[in-house]
Amino acid sequence: MAKIRDMIPAFELYQPTTVDDALELLDEHREQAWVLAGGLDSFDWFKDRVKRPSAVVDLGGIPDLTGIRDVENGLEIGAMTSLTAIERDEQVRSAYSIVADAARHVATPQIRNQGTLGGNVGQDTRCWYYRSGWPCYRAGGNTCYAAAPQAMNREHCIMGRSRCVAVNPSDTAPALIAVDAKMIVESNDGPRVYDAEDFFIGPAIDITRMTVMKSRDLLTRIQLPETWANAEFYYEKIRDRGSWDFQLVSVAAAFRKSGDTIEAARIAVNGVAPFPVRLDAVERLVQGTTGDEATANAAGELAIEGAQPLRHNEYKVPLMRNLVRRAVRSVA
Amino acid sequence: MDQAESMGVLEEKYTRRTFIKGVIATGATASSAGHLFRGSPLLGAATYQTATERLITLNVNGQERRVDVLPHETLAMTLRYKLGLTGTKLGCDRAECGACTLLVDGVAQYGCSMLTHQVRGRAVTTIEGLEDPDTGELSVVQQAVMEEGAFQCAFCAPGFIMAMTEMIEVNPNPTREEARHALSGNLCRCADYDKILTCAMRAAELARSV
Repeated sequence: MAKIRDMIPAFELYQPTTVDDALELLDEHREQAWVLAGGLDSFDWFKDRVKRPSAVVDLGGIPDLTGIRDVENGLEIGAMTSLTAIERDEQVRSAYSIVADAARHVATPQIRNQGTLGGNVGQDTRCWYYRSGWPCYRAGGNTCYAAAPQAMNREHCIMGRSRCVAVNPSDTAPALIAVDAKMIVESNDGPRVYDAEDFFIGPAIDITRMTVMKSRDLLTRIQLPETWANAEFYYEKIRDRGSWDFQLVSVAAAFRKSGDTIEAARIAVNGVAPFPVRLDAVERLVQGTTGDEATANAAGELAIEGAQPLRHNEYKVPLMRNLVRRAVRSVA
Repeated sequence: MDQAESMGVLEEKYTRRTFIKGVIATGATASSAGHLFRGSPLLGAATYQTATERLITLNVNGQERRVDVLPHETLAMTLRYKLGLTGTKLGCDRAECGACTLLVDGVAQYGCSMLTHQVRGRAVTTIEGLEDPDTGELSVVQQAVMEEGAFQCAFCAPGFIMAMTEMIEVNPNPTREEARHALSGNLCRCADYDKILTCAMRAAELARSV
């Protein structure tokens, strides 16, 4: 947080009522446009004068973007559905409890009442150098302040760095990867569908963005496929305070079992890299096992292979190892 | 006109005619909220076109209130500085303390972190709207706060009371743990949490007995 300021600088506010109108506005204003979902990430940027869009497109008035409905082969959540609605929804709770669980771990009740699933996955990183407006790589500059020898980097990444060492802050992201969710992104060129794990991108792909979305894009829906409905789930988020805080490390896992044997698994970790990390190698390792202690230990060790902590975040390595271990152990 | 003469900066940039138009359009801003803006508020207000109708009607505490709202104005700002409803406190102005908690269509949200234009057509309830408008009778939550004396300095009290008001609607029979969870979006710097929780439990009890 920079200084306390009393007003947000002026912008034009657009409140479209259809997706088409919203896309039209994004097309018209391009880089000058800012998509406003719940607004909890946005207003900090505005108040701190770090981001100053001239046109803000508020999606709150588009009924099509809100709600949870059955679709063929799964469940579809509108991107503007509040985290509270997801947390309380009967269908999500029974078939995809990991998503409800993740939503319940976001910030505070008031923030969940207003914050949306689309906003939660689309939010920017919390690296305070970047958020304070320092001209770092991510902000278009030519250095990373968080990786400097004297930097405060307790919350930064231990893997996946590429000039930038920030982490993805989303609590729902690893849960969506664990259930193999599909993200539907629309623009005036038509809709595109991404697997959740491909929706989030690291700085090696584009250092200025956290997701595949560019200025004309809008995330409209998130689909949870039937394949992972009612799987055995494990979600855990470690944070400093029991409320408000973003994760230090979080883990989300889904297991399909046949008898005692794990037939298939999907495991994702967040808070360790600039993007939520899917642990493919660990998934292959646990496949065909019962999730016994030896497997869990091996899974934990494999998960942290290649981890490169910064000066103040070495603790994240054992934390990640133990969370993966616990996730695997949970199905035994 | 006197007002126009006193604003030298504006006269340099605008013809008198455009300036007067500007003043007409932003009249309420100049008269009731001019103190909010550093520098030259009218300058900003007069130079951009907005896609949003500024003069709007808000439903606040059951009353229709006409108010001139800037596109980038937060609800807490409108309530406190334009409608005089200062019961909604501003602590951090960053969705990090809960002092500005109010209800929008019965749902607890942070007034500092939403635009006033986002609540057009929705019912806003602030701490001022909890008592019965006719009899002045306090709400059960306010009654419980009186009985249990939950707060020390009480700057956070309006926010907590609004969060409790939502809580007893959503979960009329909470455990102490559930109440903790429901009130986890509010901070009390006097750290009076234990008494606040006792008060929340008492509020739920009173609500059930009504």
